[in-house]
Amino acid sequence: MLAEGDLRKGPNLATPCLSTTTGSWRLVRPVLDPGRCHNCLNCWLFCPEGCFTRGERIVSLNLDFCKGCGICVAECPRQALALVEEGSNDARLLER
Amino acid sequence: MRAYLNGNEAVAAAVRLARAEVVAAYPITPQSTIVEKIAEYIADGSMEADYIRVESEHAALAACYGSAVTGTRVFTATSSQGLAYMFEMLPYVSGCRVPMVMAVANRGLAAPWTIWADHQDAIACRDTGWIQLYVETAQEALDTCLQAYKIAAHPEVLTPVMVCLDGYVLSHTEEIVDVPDQEAVDRFLPPYRPEYSVDTQRPYVFGVGAGPDLYPAFKYYQQQAMLRAKEVIKEVDREFQAHFQRSYGGLVDPYYCHDAAVVLVVMGATAGTAREVVDYLRRQGEAVGLLRLRSFRPFPVEDLRAALTRARVVAVLDRDCSFGYEGVLATEIKAALAGLPVQPQVAGFIGGLGGRDISQEDLAGIFRHCLEAVRRQDRGEKQVINGDWQK
Amino acid sequence: MVKIKELPDVELVQGSYACAGCGGILAVRMALKVLGPETVIVTTPSCLLGVTTFYPQLAFKVPCVNVTFPSTAAAVSGVVAGLKCRGKKGVRVVGLAGDGGTVDIGLQALSGAIERGDNFIFICYDNEAYMNTGVQRSGATPLGARTTTTPVGSVGRGEERPKKDMLGIVAAHNIPYAATASIGYPQDYLTKVQKAMQVEGPAYIQVLSPCPPGWGYPSELTVKLARLAVQTGQWPLAEYENGRLTVKEIAHRRPLRDYLAPQARFAHLPG
Repeated sequence: MLAEGDLRKGPNLATPCLSTTTGSWRLVRPVLDPGRCHNCLNCWLFCPEGCFTRGERIVSLNLDFCKGCGICVAECPRQALALVEEGSNDARLLER
Repeated sequence: MRAYLNGNEAVAAAVRLARAEVVAAYPITPQSTIVEKIAEYIADGSMEADYIRVESEHAALAACYGSAVTGTRVFTATSSQGLAYMFEMLPYVSGCRVPMVMAVANRGLAAPWTIWADHQDAIACRDTGWIQLYVETAQEALDTCLQAYKIAAHPEVLTPVMVCLDGYVLSHTEEIVDVPDQEAVDRFLPPYRPEYSVDTQRPYVFGVGAGPDLYPAFKYYQQQAMLRAKEVIKEVDREFQAHFQRSYGGLVDPYYCHDAAVVLVVMGATAGTAREVVDYLRRQGEAVGLLRLRSFRPFPVEDLRAALTRARVVAVLDRDCSFGYEGVLATEIKAALAGLPVQPQVAGFIGGLGGRDISQEDLAGIFRHCLEAVRRQDRGEKQVINGDWQK
Repeated sequence: MVKIKELPDVELVQGSYACAGCGGILAVRMALKVLGPETVIVTTPSCLLGVTTFYPQLAFKVPCVNVTFPSTAAAVSGVVAGLKCRGKKGVRVVGLAGDGGTVDIGLQALSGAIERGDNFIFICYDNEAYMNTGVQRSGATPLGARTTTTPVGSVGRGEERPKKDMLGIVAAHNIPYAATASIGYPQDYLTKVQKAMQVEGPAYIQVLSPCPPGWGYPSELTVKLARLAVQTGQWPLAEYENGRLTVKEIAHRRPLRDYLAPQARFAHLPG
């Protein structure tokens, strides 16, 4: 709950202010095969939540805000990303 | 400096003296000459402000809001249909606790079409969370606009203020007005510098969404601020008096109320006529008085009780109607007096709609009607006073 | 031309409550990569306001001024005037509204602000219906689309009217810069945002932002559909600049079916 001092001044509040991450929404999660990543940055660019970080050679993932939409998987030109069921190991990616 | 100004010119003069920085307004009769005059001031270089020539009243208030949250002093003005059109923005601005001043040249609402004065337009906005101050003269219009900027931005108030002046009767009628010096106004009214504003170094969201757990808390503190405004309006009026030697009593402006059997309650310019009638009837030995309500919101329950507690009959003249019930002010005065140990009878009268003239004879008629009721009661005739005057 | 690799790392909107795969929040996130931190957002009751500025989840790292539904561009004018008054130069004011808040209820205010020549950017993230209130049709809903107010039944065949030509409307104001864009073509889109920033006066960008629940498709297809809309000729990438309208040529148009078939809103259309 907000402090009285904030409430007194009206519904105008400092931003950003995040009470939760949205990772818990996810039913599936993307996993990255580093060997296949060519750092094209499609996933970085098209992730609505900004979950990817650019690196020297490959991208890396922070799933705090990942909602499991799958856009990164759909937009990866080299099948370096795959969706796995949340809670499972990386089976599907390893099988391929 | 003494000048011959009408109410609208007096408001424009106040806005220039207050150093309003952004003005956004849309023309509507009888307000238009306020913003025309401000446009002239800007054009002739005597006022440094940005005039946003908006395409509607709704946009006018939205633009004022956008400017105000950047930390600027803003002004707009409207009337009647224009006020109705900006209605959606009214609670938005007050809910966001954004200080600003809007002049309302009061005019009846269509249909039928009218351009003349009554209070229906502003009264219909009663519950939008704006402070509403009604003035009696052009001088008071000027002075109240200056006071309004100070009230609105008071850290314990942070609430926009409507300064209401009767269309034509005040807006277009000239009188001699004392226009204060800029230096004196600058001493009374410092620049507007809010605690936070639109700033990329310190980002804020203005008007966040709030769920059922939080919304009532914001509304609670908005109500507290409005209640606190009662004291602030009085303080600012006293302070104004110290600077300019003029005072309007703050929330209510009583005239011969202390020993009156019948007190008439009015808002706006009608009080000028009513004062004459009170003087006349007093000379005839009648115990009559007048209470001009200056602040309609916040509603000065305590001051009204104090001023009306000795009256036998309180006559309330509404220039508005809550259709299906009665005049709004009558209802409110009844509610304010309910629970007093000795409760005056309240008689509601509706008059002056759509610019219909309220004459001295009309007001004397109301007083006589109520005085007669007092006499009948003195003879032991219990009755409810019928206040169905419709002029 | 914007270079994707040179876009900054910093995320100026993150942690929103937008649906998974939301095209609208992606459009805003991308635009902010170019607009940068010296930006003030003005927005209106819409999906975007609901998912980014509802306490206790405030997702913007730039100031955000919320206002009533019809008033985005009017409040923009106010913010522009206020910042000028406060001497804050180099801060961009960006109006953000959905298609309903732009082409329908927000049109009058937008027209006024463009006509006044105020210096601002207006981005309409177009998801082609009132998504925030449950997928009702707007003036931007395309012909034939099923929405909750243009349902399909024994008589109803979805939206009966073609989409409003908003680019034509803003162009008719003799606006310095206006464009349509698609999140499926990020370099084109972000270059247009950059051009809009460089213009003195108003600039308008309408960016196609597919909506998984509103259009009825799996969330991973958002960017693909934004691309297919262009490739099938359903969403021209147009630019109005110096009084001239240019449209990007689509060399090999793909069959319309490719765009329509994955979307439930067009499922009733024959073949």
